[in-house]
Parts: sequence; structure tokens; C-alpha cells
Amino acid sequence: MAISDMTHNPPDDRLNRVPDFGRAPIGSAAEAHLAHIWESAPGWRGWLSTVDHKTIGLRYLVTAFIFLLMGGIEALIMRLQLARPDQTLLTPEQYNQLFTMHGVTMIFLYALPILSGFSNYLWPLLLGSRDMAFPRLNALSYWVFLFAGIFMYVSFPLGQAPNAGWFNYVPFAGPIYNTGPNIDVFALGMVLLGISTTVGSVNFVVTLFRMRAPGMTINRVPILVWGTLTASVANLLAIPAVSLAFFLLWLDRQIGTHFFDVANGGKPLLWQHLFWIFGHPWVYAIVLPAMGIVSDALPTFCRRPLVGYTAMALATMATMLIGFEVWIHHMFATGLPTVALSIFGAASMVISIPSSVAVFAWIATIWLGRPVFKTPFLFFSGFVILFVIGGLSGVMTAAVSLDWQLNETYFIVAHLHYVLLGINVFPVVGGIYYWFPKFTGRMMDEKMGKWSFWVMFIGFNVGFFPMHIAGLLGMPRRIYTYSSRMGWDTVNMITSIGSFVFAIGILIFLVNIVISLKRGALAGSNPWDAATLEWSIPSPPPAYNFAVIPVIASRHPLWEDRLEEDTERSSLTEGYLLTEGRETMGTSPIDAKPMTILKMPDDSYMPFFVGLFVSLLFVGLLLHWWNFAGAMAVLGCIALITWMWPQKTLVQRVFSTARTSRRAP
Amino acid sequence: MKVIESGFHSSAAAKFTSVLTAAVLPTTMAIMSNVANATNAPLNYFLHSYGPAAKPTMYLGWLLASLSVTVFLIIALLMVAAMLRKRPVADPRAIGREDEGLRWIYIGTGISTCILFGLVIYSLMVLNEVAKPPQAPTVTLVVTGYDWWWKIEYEHDDPAQRFITANELHIPVGQPILIKLKSADVIHAFWVPTLGGKTQMIPGLTNQQWIQADEPGIYLGQCTQFCGVGHAHMGLEIIAESAQDFEKWQKAQRRTAPLVPMASEDPGQKLFMDRCAGCHTIRGTDATGEHAPDLTHLNSRRRLAAGLLTNTPDHLMKWVVHAQQLKPGSRMPSIALSESETSALALFLSTLD
Repeated sequence: MAISDMTHNPPDDRLNRVPDFGRAPIGSAAEAHLAHIWESAPGWRGWLSTVDHKTIGLRYLVTAFIFLLMGGIEALIMRLQLARPDQTLLTPEQYNQLFTMHGVTMIFLYALPILSGFSNYLWPLLLGSRDMAFPRLNALSYWVFLFAGIFMYVSFPLGQAPNAGWFNYVPFAGPIYNTGPNIDVFALGMVLLGISTTVGSVNFVVTLFRMRAPGMTINRVPILVWGTLTASVANLLAIPAVSLAFFLLWLDRQIGTHFFDVANGGKPLLWQHLFWIFGHPWVYAIVLPAMGIVSDALPTFCRRPLVGYTAMALATMATMLIGFEVWIHHMFATGLPTVALSIFGAASMVISIPSSVAVFAWIATIWLGRPVFKTPFLFFSGFVILFVIGGLSGVMTAAVSLDWQLNETYFIVAHLHYVLLGINVFPVVGGIYYWFPKFTGRMMDEKMGKWSFWVMFIGFNVGFFPMHIAGLLGMPRRIYTYSSRMGWDTVNMITSIGSFVFAIGILIFLVNIVISLKRGALAGSNPWDAATLEWSIPSPPPAYNFAVIPVIASRHPLWEDRLEEDTERSSLTEGYLLTEGRETMGTSPIDAKPMTILKMPDDSYMPFFVGLFVSLLFVGLLLHWWNFAGAMAVLGCIALITWMWPQKTLVQRVFSTARTSRRAP
Repeated sequence: MKVIESGFHSSAAAKFTSVLTAAVLPTTMAIMSNVANATNAPLNYFLHSYGPAAKPTMYLGWLLASLSVTVFLIIALLMVAAMLRKRPVADPRAIGREDEGLRWIYIGTGISTCILFGLVIYSLMVLNEVAKPPQAPTVTLVVTGYDWWWKIEYEHDDPAQRFITANELHIPVGQPILIKLKSADVIHAFWVPTLGGKTQMIPGLTNQQWIQADEPGIYLGQCTQFCGVGHAHMGLEIIAESAQDFEKWQKAQRRTAPLVPMASEDPGQKLFMDRCAGCHTIRGTDATGEHAPDLTHLNSRRRLAAGLLTNTPDHLMKWVVHAQQLKPGSRMPSIALSESETSALALFLSTLD
């Protein structure tokens, strides 16, 4: 606490306030008042202006899942083309646009946004807060993501979609070899999306350090929070590289600069460095939160806490730290000196050490626990298997000379799909099964759940494992067809069949969601008998999340009476009553001591409008409507000023410990 | 302590095992069938390598692959055992102790760390072994990637001895060859997997790589860096032959075309000069185009259009007339020819030995 500040500069007395400590059971006057304060306006007004993290989280989840389906359909079309040799279902140009949009969609529009969805929905619930640190920024982050996604698809129906791969290497993506609007759409779309990711990351970082319930010290936060925190810090460091790269490319293409233009001294390798300095940390950003989902939810089905909490949190951060020193392993074949390659190759192997910490922690948790074979458990244990396969093929590609063979073959395609589907999609689907009762108040159907798992798991392995073989048989990536004389017919046919089986599994999952939304069994607040805070409140949670801000005494607030070791007890039904407007508790970064009563902003249309104007500004840049772009910039600034306009009700209250009513935390 | 087996738990876990097997089985069969016909996959570098630039890497691949399979089996067994394990009866509401089980992490991570450090050292030794040739290269050549074919220049101290060809490299058996890699347009990558790893060809840079073939034979290569619509059809071949045969081939390639005198007489040659010479070269004639493969010794090559078709007179004319259908987006246009023009051009092209 900033004691020294307070002695030198005594705060305004009128801003000192002692929050009441007490109960606010459902139906009480205090609770009704809270609901009134926090609920968004009904109808389209509330729809456009809401800043509720739960609504935003669900929007992220639904939007990202729709992008997953679009990317999946693109993949299936490609698998039809590749099922047999010398097919002519697609022209090479169509194929190139499809694989580019497949990569862009899955990596940028699905993989991180879906995790942002989970984290947005869950963080305040896991941390015992009433919202994210910056609710309006949160809304902006979603709107910009949505608009950027639409932006990147806008040229798709015209047959002018990005076509240089998601990695977009110059000079192929430069103005000479790619004259259409394809790459401009991609470049500007990426800069726009970068805004969304950046403000989202800032929000997560500040939320973690300021918004935890009193008593939730830094070593009591769930692993999902560690995962998203690590990913967010990494994004803040990595996104500038890629935004810069795409902006420079756009300048090269439209303004005539020469950053990547060989004829005028530009360097194509610069692109590869900028892209992968971002690209590799990004890979970890889209798996670490998903690993966190498993680390938090798997223990529920093992009826015991996670083995090695501290080791897991440290492993998460270590992975990211090393993750910043491995980008060259995407560039082993670019002719860099072998000494440099050795260092990055060694780092790429060493990064498996924290991964092995995680694997053994999960196995030990199952081993020492009493597994309950519900659908989420199946997805999480299936994930462990796929994680190991993806990790092992990763070690193979880290050996420099072997990578000179494996690189740019289907072996890499197999590896990256085991990593991204295995470590992202399986935990995500498992996580939806797990938190669906919290989202909707209803359970998903178990029988269909098990079917969806087995069909997905078998389809996935039948589809993607043979890609390893195709790679070892020398099949290069990104070829729209192949000749029978290359000996790749069988593996490709098996892969195509498997990919359709996998798609059927996803379809069963979707049907399950639709049916369960209407007819699922009512869940109650804690259907899985889980340990963390989100299960202490009703399903679905009320707009204010927690009627009282709880005081936390352990990592497993809902299991305390059954865990023998802890003597202290969290106080969940009795806590800080903050009911004078939208309020929540601000606590100290490490020890989570109460520090401030945070006044949270009301709903606002401005995030939507700022997002809209910024996106239209990018449309203006794309179409060279310079005046329009300028007008949008001005409108965006006006919207920002309206958004930021000071309000007296938002002045933060210093938390006074002088007369804390009944119980000091 | 009384030990019981919970019926629900074990049946579900048994199902997990059986379906895991069911998932692994078809894929294993796929592996087997592919290993069986692996000899039919000319780019299979995992089971075949024919020179010192590739062999150590192949052994490294075997070691890593078998290690990976072993580790996977151990982990899968641990997972299944962790689920199936018999457990003492306990209150279903009981929660396990948090501080147990750290030994799993210590032992598991400890062993993994030792293995990984061993792998780091071994892989660096292999890298050192294949990064440079054991003795100085005897032949130096420059391969330049074009959209979507390969220009090949044999260097020589005497400029008169230099020559240019395309898409088909000849090398003497048992000697290290230095290949300088350039690009004329976008990034390509040179890859002849059974002889060595791949290297990108980056505009503005000259990369290097060496290869050596220990047995005579034909080795296929392929561009592996996505380079546009023709990427799938950018193959090359390396023909390794005895030193005498290689010398003989070089001598033949250095010759210019012997047909200058009758230039204006031959309708096929006139057609070529009108329609093809802007892009193609035939050394010793007025055809000096540089955008496309040198055709001076066209018929000495085994394949057409960067590996797309075998080089027969029939295929050749099909390629000339239908290039855009056979290789969509190719820089070679489909050339409309009347029947008489076709036969005249075919006759002329047949003289380019």
C-alpha cells in the first residue's frame, strides 16, 4: 500500500469510505439493488452498449467458434482437392487463397479470440471481482476483433482473398508479384486486429494485478489466469513486431517505400525476422491459456487439487520466456550461420522441459486422484495424449539438420495441427462442456458428449497422424495437387477421410449445444462439485457476479471443508457489500490487500463507435479514400473524448482500514 | 486395506484404451503400407539417403523417431494406468491432498531434461557433420529459382567452358558439389531430400549448400517454399553419373546448336525465332531470351516443364500448345498453332539434341 503517499498527501476526507461487510442473499434488498445497478438496458440499446464481461466473453466465444467453422470448411474443401492425385476441383489460385484464409482464420480469428472469450467470461468470476479492470476497453476489444475479422474476409467473395500464406513472405506478398488488393486487405486487417489484441492484453494484465478478491494472493490464482497473464504480457511485446511488419508492407505496396524491395536495397529476410519474432511467442499465447483450462478443470474430475501448482505456474512463464528465443527455428533454411542456428535449435529443445513439467503434473493428478469419466475429462485426457505427440514431433524439428528435411513438408503440418488442435481445440471444447452449465444454467448431454469426443479424437488422429508420414515421404506443404508417381496417394486419402470424421465430431458437439440450450438438465451453481470461485455463484451468474466481494483464504475456496490441510476458511457469502453504484474492490498486486473501492464505468455506446470508426478508417485506407479516412479519424477521436469524459461518480474511493466494520481481512 | 475396482471407472477407462488402440491401429496400418511402398516415393528422405550431406541426418531422424515413439508409449501407458489403477474405497466426497505427487514432476522432468541435453549435443554434432563438406568441392554451380523452374549454370575458370541448362543437374558420383542458390523473383527453396536438406533461395542473397551422391542414379528435387500458383509444379532432377559420363555430358552441353546456316530456310526454326526466342535461348542462334529455360540441348533432358511431363516429342508439343492447362498460371503461354505449324515446330525442336 502506498502508505508514504498517504502520510505526505492525506487524501480528501470525502473520498474516504468504509465499505460495509455483510451478507446479501438472493432476494434481499441489497441484492435487488445490485442487480438494478449492474444490469444492461433491455433490447438493442443494452446489446450495443453493454460492457458486461460475461456478455463480451460469450460474444468472443461464439464469434471465434463461427470463424473456426469457416476455417474448417475451407480445410475440408482443400482435403477434397488433395484426396486423390491430379485433381482439378480447385485451381492453384483458389487453393492458395483457401489455405491462406484457413491459416489466417484459425490462427488469428479463432485460436486467440476463443481463449480471450474464456478469459473474459471467467477471469472476474475466478478472481472474485465484478468486472474486468477496463470494461469499456473490453467492449472495444471485442468490436474491433469482430470488424477486423469481417474486414479480412471482405475480399473473399470477390476471389481476391489473401493468397500468400498466413506467413505472407515478401517479395511474393510485395507489390510486384501480388498486384491485387489481396495482401492489402490482409496487411491492414492485421494492424486493425492488433489493436484489439493489444487493448485486450492490457486489460488482462491490469485486471490480474488490481482486481483480485481480498486474500487471493498471487499464489492462489487459478492456472488459467497464469496462462492468460503470460500470454497477454507476451502479446504486448510481440504484437508490435507484426503490426509494424504489416504496416511497412502496406507502405511498400501503396506508398512506394522500399523496406522489403530487393531492387532498392530492401531485405526480404527482415520480413521473416519481424514475422517470426511475433509468430513464435504467439504460438505459446494461443496454447498457454488452453493448458490453463486443463490445469484448472482436470482436477475437478480427479477429485483432488492439481499436483505441483507452483511448478505449473513457473513452467507457464518459463515456456513464454524461452518462447521469445526460438523464432529462428522457423528460419533454419534461410542460410543463417550455423552457430546461430545451433543456439536457437538448442533453445527449441530446452523449451520442452517446462512442457514435461506440465505433462507429469497432469498425469500425477490423474494417478493420485479418483477420475470421474465425464465428457470434459475425456477431452482433457485426450488433450494430454495429443500434447505429448505434438511436443515430441516438435523436438524432432528442433534438431537443425533434421529440420532442413522436415521444414516445409507435411510433417510440419502434422506437428502444428497436433499442437494447435490438440492443445487449443480439445481443451476449448472440453472447456465448453465444463463451463456450459455456468454460461447457460443447463448441462450438456453426456451421451452425445462422449460420442462427440470419440468421433473427434479418432477422426483427428486418422486425419492428422498420416500427415507425419506424408512429410517423411517428402510431400511439401502448400501444393494444390501432386502426381501419383510421388507415392503420396494412400496417406492423402486417409487424411481426407479422417478430416471428415473429425468434422462429424464437431457437428455432434454443435448439435449437443443446440439441444442442451433448450432441454439440458438444470445445473445449479456447482454441478461438478468444483473448487473455484465461479462455482460459488448462481448459473448463469447475475450481472453483478458476486453479491458480496468474497474474502479468500486458499486456492480451493469450495473444497476447504474437505481439504484437511488448511485451517483458514474463505468467506464467500459474507463479504464486502459495495452497492453505491457500480463498484468493486481494488487490491494490492501481490498480497491482494484491499486498497481502493473501484468505481466501474456504466454501459456506453462509445466502444462500439470507436471500434466502428477505426475500422472504417482502415476501409478508407484500403480504398484510398483519404478524405473519408480522415473524417473517420476525427469521428473516432470525438467518440474517444465522449468515452473518456470525466464523471464525478467515477472518482475512486480510498479504502479506509480505520473503522473496518466487523472483520478485518 | 481393502481394494476394490469401481465398475464404472474401469469400464470407461477400458473403453478409452480400446478406442485409443482403435485410433492408433488404422494409422499404424497406414504407416506399414507406406513403408512397404516407400521405394515408390522418390522424395522419401526418412528411409533413403545417398550421400554424406544427408546420411547423418537420416540416422538422427531414426533415433529421434524411435525415441519419440518410446516416450509416447510410456506416457500413454502411464495415462491409461493412471485411469485404470485400482483405488482404495473412499468417501466419494473426499478430496485428495494438494501437496502429494511432486515426485512425479521431479523424476519425470529430471529424466526428460537429461535426454534433451543428450539430444542437443547429438543434434549439434550431426549439424557440424553435414554443414560443410569433408573436402573442397570439385564442381561449383549456380542454381537460380524462377517462377516456376530452375536455371542451372556450371561455373568454370575459363568463361568459354561455362554453360547454362535448366531443371536437370548432372553431377559426378562421389564428389562434393557446391551449389550457389539465387532467386530471380520470389523466395524458392532448393531441396533434393535424398542428398541433403533444403535451403531457401532469397532474392538479393546468395545462399550455399553442398551435396554429394555416393551412388549413380536419378534423384528428385522439389521447391519447398511457397512461391505462387506454380509451386506444386516446380521439380528438378539430379543425375549422378561416373566422372567420365559427367565429363562427356558437360562436353555435349558446352556445344552450341549446329543449325545456324539454314535459319531462314526452315519454317520450324523461323517459327521458333518469331514466337519463342523472346524468352528462350538456343546458343549459336539469334534466340537469346533469358526469361525461360535454355533450350540448346532440350532433348538431352529427361523431363519437361520443371518435372511435370516426361520429355517425349508428343508431350513436348502438348506442352507448347496447352501449357496453361497443364501448368495453370505458368509463365509459358499456350501457343496457338495450325497443324502445319505444329509439325514444323516439332521437327525443328527435335533437332535440339
